[in-house]
Amino acid sequence: MLKLYNTEVQSRLLLGTARYPSPAIMEEAIRQSGTEIVTVSLRRETARGGGGGMFFEIIRNLSVHVLPNTAGCHSVKEAVLTAQMARDLFNTNWIKLEVIGNHDTLAPDVFQLVEAARILSSEGFEVFPYTTEDLIAAERLLDVGCKVLMPWAAPIGSARGPVNPAALKSVRAYFPGTPLIVDAGLGRPSHATQVMEFGFDAVLLNTAVASAADPVLMANAFASAIEAGRNAYPAGMLEPRDIAVPSTPVIGQAVFS
Amino acid sequence: MKLIVNGEAQEAECKTLAGLLKALNYDGDWLATAVNGELVQHEERAIQTLVEGDQVEILSPMQGG
Repeated sequence: MLKLYNTEVQSRLLLGTARYPSPAIMEEAIRQSGTEIVTVSLRRETARGGGGGMFFEIIRNLSVHVLPNTAGCHSVKEAVLTAQMARDLFNTNWIKLEVIGNHDTLAPDVFQLVEAARILSSEGFEVFPYTTEDLIAAERLLDVGCKVLMPWAAPIGSARGPVNPAALKSVRAYFPGTPLIVDAGLGRPSHATQVMEFGFDAVLLNTAVASAADPVLMANAFASAIEAGRNAYPAGMLEPRDIAVPSTPVIGQAVFS
Repeated sequence: MKLIVNGEAQEAECKTLAGLLKALNYDGDWLATAVNGELVQHEERAIQTLVEGDQVEILSPMQGG
C-alpha cells in the first residue's frame, strides 16, 4: 500500500497518457498494467469539435486517479495558473508540478519550483514536484508543504536510466518517511527495478511505455519489474564481494584421489 | 469587440465569458478558462464580463506525461 497525501493505492506504477499509437492502446496499457494513477495535461482547445472532451471521457471511464501536470511551464506564474485551471477542470487538488529551467535537458528549475510549490500548497494543492536529486531542493520542497517528492532519474524521454544512482540513494536515505517517486528518464524495466531496489516508492513512466513497439506488453513488463524491485528492497540484498564464496557447503564433500 | 482568444485575435460580440464560449461553439464540461492571466472558475463564467483587448485562454484536457 502506498499513501500519497490522503490517497492509498496498491500499484506503484504511475503512467503518462501521451505518445501512444492510439487512444485504444493507451487505454489497454493503463488497464493491463494495473496502474491507478495517470498523468494528464492541459492545452489550448483548438478543435471546437471537442478533442479534449473525447480524451477526458476515456480517462473518466478508466476510474483512475488523475494527476494533472504543468508540463511546458517555465515560470512560477505559468505553473500556478495552469495548476489552478487544472483543479477547476479535473476537480482534484493533485498537481504534478513542473517548472522547466532548460529547453535542452528539460531540467527542473528548482528555485522557481520551490516558490510555485509554496504558493500552491498554501492554496490547498497537494503538490507532486518534479525535481532533481538535489537534497537541499528536496528539503525546501518539504518545508513549503510538499509531502511527496519526484526526482528525475535522467532527462525526460532520454531512456538513460538512473544516471546518478548514488544521489538517488542519498535522497532515499535523507527522507526515509517521504513517498519518493522516480519521474522521468527510465527506458527499460530493469531501470525501474533498479530504482525500486534503492527503496523508491513508485515510478512514473510515459515514453518508455508509450513509444515501445508494443506499449501494452511493455506496461506489463514495467509493472512486473517494479514489483520485483519493491520486494527486493525490504528482502535485503547482498552487497557485491571481491572474492568467490561457495554456495554449496564444503563440509562432508567426498575426496577422490 | 476585439479579443485575444488562445493567442489569436478574435472579433466577438458578447458581454461575458460564458457568452463568448457559446458564440465560439465551445461546449461541454471539460474546459478551463482564464482571462488576463487569472483563473475564471466554470461557475463564474456567466458573471465574468469581457472588455476590448481581453486575453482569454480556453484549455482542455490533453495527453500528458
